[in-house]
Amino acid sequence: MKPNYESPTIQKLNAGMMNKFGSRTEYTPVKFIDNVAIADLMDQYGSPLFVISERTIRQTYQKALKAFRMRYPKVQFAWSYKTNYLNAVCQVFHQEGSWAEVVSGFEYQKALRNGVPGNLIIFNGPDKSREDLIMAVENRSLIHIDHFDELFMLIEIMEEREDVKARVAIRVNMDTGVYPQWDRFGFNYENGQAWNAIVKIIAQEKLQLEGLHCHIGTYMLTANAYAVAARKMCELAFAYANTTGKHVKYLDMGGGFCSANTLKGSYLQGSDIIPTFDDYAEAITTTILQFGFRPDELPLLILETGRALIDEAGYLLGTVLATKRLADGRRATVLDIGINIMFTSFWYNHRVSPAQDFTQHVEETTLYGPLCMNIDAIRESVIMPILKKDDRVVVHEVGAYNMTQWMQFITMRPNVVMIDTKGEVHLIRKQETVNTIVDCEVVPEHLK
Amino acid sequence: MKVRKNIAISENGFIFNPLTGDSFSVNETGVFILQKLKEEETIEAILQSLMDEYELDTYTAEKDLNDFLSMLKSYQLITND
Ligand SMILES: Cc1ncc(COP(=O)(O)O)c(C=O)c1O
Repeated sequence: MKPNYESPTIQKLNAGMMNKFGSRTEYTPVKFIDNVAIADLMDQYGSPLFVISERTIRQTYQKALKAFRMRYPKVQFAWSYKTNYLNAVCQVFHQEGSWAEVVSGFEYQKALRNGVPGNLIIFNGPDKSREDLIMAVENRSLIHIDHFDELFMLIEIMEEREDVKARVAIRVNMDTGVYPQWDRFGFNYENGQAWNAIVKIIAQEKLQLEGLHCHIGTYMLTANAYAVAARKMCELAFAYANTTGKHVKYLDMGGGFCSANTLKGSYLQGSDIIPTFDDYAEAITTTILQFGFRPDELPLLILETGRALIDEAGYLLGTVLATKRLADGRRATVLDIGINIMFTSFWYNHRVSPAQDFTQHVEETTLYGPLCMNIDAIRESVIMPILKKDDRVVVHEVGAYNMTQWMQFITMRPNVVMIDTKGEVHLIRKQETVNTIVDCEVVPEHLK
Repeated sequence: MKVRKNIAISENGFIFNPLTGDSFSVNETGVFILQKLKEEETIEAILQSLMDEYELDTYTAEKDLNDFLSMLKSYQLITND
């Protein structure tokens, strides 16, 4: 038999010079996900292909839950739908005990259809229509009010209704020492807006303040910001108790925990610098426990963790379409994975592994997508083994935000499969066809 | 197409250019091609021996060889005559 062919390469050695791309990380090919052969998956379901590991979701969820439960008696996760609202994914979280956290009428409907009882749906976000609010009131959902216009609309809606109260919370924004400060959502703590909103709610007989909500940012690299946030939430809860004699039932600390991805521009690998679930849990629970609630009055702690619970469970498999040499001599590799299905390549330097054997030789390359658009690059510079046409790659940690923010642009969205805990593969979202797209279009008679 | 004088090529793919002080590493296929160049084989002959040696189609062989030669040239390891 002839030896395996690898394209010839030459690499200049820079003795003693720091390699600005860091050392190579891919020493082994990734040929299996949860013991299922990647080659088989791609042969059956095509390329590109999203793969979700149910086992990883459940393990990650249990790890996060444990970090909080061992420190605090009452903990509840609410699955952040926007992070990944494929029904199969949501159902895994609901089976594990998660409520639903939604930010639009569309997401709300999805949660209902997934069988989530209305009273276990948290309705966040600045965009709730009159109809959305009426639906949420009737279903006894938790309405997290974002601005005064929403508060007034809700008051108006409730004026026409008998025998029913709206269960509400306010979203609070605040200075946690992390910049930029997220102040566009909710009511500000420092300038007294949040307290004004609470006072307004107290005066409304048909509004019942059940809790307080914040979401201080996303990919928060410091756990201490949560300690600051938790303290301010407790201050508000105490002020409310002192004024009304009643206690809020819950504090919802939102999402924002990091996943192990590496942010663009960071020289350090994400997994080396991010806080752990234990770090976040310690910061939040210590603050609440030490604040001085009576044990029977401790609020339920709600978390809307998104990316940190799902990123690792998601993989994107793709194929090399071509390799070329750029004008300045750099290598370029064209993949069938474009930024239209990998939105997070704007934020992260995703880890990419070859899915077949390779030698120890490596090259610096840019990984381009298939779109005929200059911005379509998923890694500007990465050290990879020698890749050739038809080789396959695995992009890691793509479970969060990609399967919701993907776009039908130039190409169509691919299949998504889930590997269950027994190793069975299930198609959970079918790839789009030309019909998926054109069925929504209408051509006027005179243009037919 | 000739490898410049004095350029040292080891069997495991280490190359040293004493003129510039630069060193390089090439993979197995690279060593194979460089050896043929040292033996002053023509491009056509190298193409043929690549295809004899490996499981390889003409298009890939041609594309890869041209690419590799252009890199060797840009690193001043080969000359045109
Ligand atoms: C209100 C709210 N909760 C939770 C999340 C989930 O955030 P993350 O994925 O950073 O955990 C978001 C995301 O932006 C959000 O807006």
